[in-house]
Amino acid sequence: MEPIIKVKNLTAKYEGHMVLDSLDFEIHRGEVFVILGGSGCGKSTLLKHLIGLYAPFSGSIHIDGDDIVTASQHERKKILRKIGVMYQSGALFGSMTLLQNVQMPLKLFTDLPPDAIETIARCKLKLVSLDAFAHHFPAEISGGMQKRAAIARAMALDPQVLFLDEPSAGLDPITSSELDELILQLAESLKITFVIVTHELPSIYTIASRVIMLDKRVKKIVAVGSPHELRDTSEDPWVRKFFKRGKDE
Amino acid sequence: MAINIPQTTVNFTVKGTEIRMVLQGHLDCIHLGSVWRQTFKFLDKNSAENVVIDASDVVYCDGSGATLFAKVREKVKGNMQVVGLKKEFLPLVDMFELETLAPLPQKSKVSIIEEIGRATHSILKDLREIITFTGELLVAIFWAMKNRRQVPWGDTWINAESAGVNALPIICLIGFLLGLIMAFQSAVPMKQFGAEIFVADLIGLSMLKELGPLLTAIVLAGRSGSAFAAELGTMKVNEEINALVTMGLDPVRYLAVTRVIASVMMTPILSCFCCLFALMGGAIVILSLGYPLVIYMDRIAQAVTITAFLAGVVKSVAFAILVAGVGCLRGLQTGTGAKAVGQSTTSAVVSAIVLVAVADAIFSVVLFALGI
Ligand SMILES: Nc1ncnc2c1ncn2[C@@H]1O[C@H](COP(=O)(O)OP(=O)(O)O)[C@@H](O)[C@H]1O
Ligand SMILES: [Mg+2]
Repeated sequence: MEPIIKVKNLTAKYEGHMVLDSLDFEIHRGEVFVILGGSGCGKSTLLKHLIGLYAPFSGSIHIDGDDIVTASQHERKKILRKIGVMYQSGALFGSMTLLQNVQMPLKLFTDLPPDAIETIARCKLKLVSLDAFAHHFPAEISGGMQKRAAIARAMALDPQVLFLDEPSAGLDPITSSELDELILQLAESLKITFVIVTHELPSIYTIASRVIMLDKRVKKIVAVGSPHELRDTSEDPWVRKFFKRGKDE
Repeated sequence: MAINIPQTTVNFTVKGTEIRMVLQGHLDCIHLGSVWRQTFKFLDKNSAENVVIDASDVVYCDGSGATLFAKVREKVKGNMQVVGLKKEFLPLVDMFELETLAPLPQKSKVSIIEEIGRATHSILKDLREIITFTGELLVAIFWAMKNRRQVPWGDTWINAESAGVNALPIICLIGFLLGLIMAFQSAVPMKQFGAEIFVADLIGLSMLKELGPLLTAIVLAGRSGSAFAAELGTMKVNEEINALVTMGLDPVRYLAVTRVIASVMMTPILSCFCCLFALMGGAIVILSLGYPLVIYMDRIAQAVTITAFLAGVVKSVAFAILVAGVGCLRGLQTGTGAKAVGQSTTSAVVSAIVLVAVADAIFSVVLFALGI
């Protein structure tokens, strides 16, 4: 099957300062793909390039066959409809209730009648167990709930790919493992492809079908594979160390 | 990739107490709109005990499609079967149960009396907060005068620059134009009495005692009062204020005092510039009427006393405290979210202008009683 995301030769720079150096990788349909790496190595940067928020210095990014880098405004809108994003900080609109937050993309992109939009939005909130908080404002709920609400909003249009930037950072272990279950359940039932940035080892072992690992020093991918594979068989001592939680062998 | 997406359609047939729905095409949020409308229009009109959905020609289905199934099932109280749906989509049929959704809260109606009560309460509460804050601010200013070393002077200078120096061009422009306009407008009727030189008295007195400080205060409210509210409001929203408090720093001392001191230092100077440029504007009109500059200067020197000038300075100091103080107060009162910052900013400007107007009225009475 054709990969849903194809990245070729991607180089990213901030004002001349290189962060990512000619990356090549593919993400397959239906997998839970995890981007790993130390803090500040460019994971969020990579994610923002994948969703077309930043234009790469060079290289190409294809989502479902369409190049998001060279796409026209109109084509880009069509591509963006296929993806949903949860930003590192949640980025819920503070002046709207959770229900309104989830309804917004539906109102913008579809011609559904209002009662359909409301029902769909409530179902999305139900998926993340927040249906009882539909009329709360983001500031009135906890950080973990905000992240789940942000996932609900990202899923409003039933995207084929969901990008999550550090979904479990700052969550307690129980909430975090509930989130993992949610991700697996959505991947299973709705066949969503997940691209997830995270540091949480337990969560990586549970959810990841495949992992790529970025290294700040070389600005490249230093490892690709399933987490167990990388832990046991990687030739790079740094990678093995990462998967053994920093313990030297 | 050009794919031919078949139209998403729905057809109904009624057989006794059973409705048969034939769905075709893509059941996703983009294509579902018309199908959703037709379905519920039909189900509203035709009551049925039982609905059978024939989904053999459904090419694609996602969470939105699942919601359609759930809504139909809720509508016919569970008597719904889906036949022919592709195996991969089958889990979606039972994915949602609308009966288990938490109910939406009913919007409660509020009576007028209750609203009046709430409004009064909030006004009184606000008044109390302003008074409390004034007290805190005064204590903090006394503290700053006693502990001059602990005041963050760097911040004070930066605020003095943005609230004072950067406001100079607009203050000068407004002052100049106001002087010009007042002179022009008053010179015409005064000329009928041969009294056009008294334009100098008019501009000199009204600007120095009244309009200079007032105008400066209003510009300060628009430029800096709002900025203070927005800065402190954003800090509040980002929990930076909480961080300061837990570090043992009093936000009033640390944030408000520097801004108030900066404004108090700069506003009288700005007000003087405003008056100066107004007099220049007046001078141009007087010169154009054929009077020499010396006579104009002489009139001003006679009309404006040092007490009038000092009264203006005292006023602008008081206005500066009010404007900067209420700007900081509104900032610190900010609720949560981006909208709250906008509300604080608006409210800072409005409260500042109201307070300045009230204070000006009080000053007028006091100055009149003192015979200044
Ligand atoms: N907007 C920006 N401007 C300049 N440099 C940036 C910007 N955003 C991130 N960087 C730099 O790029 C590098 C990668 O950042 P980021 O992608 O946020 O890392 P992380 O892997 O922790 O998400 C960091 O060194 C950071 O300093
Ligand atoms: Mg990041």
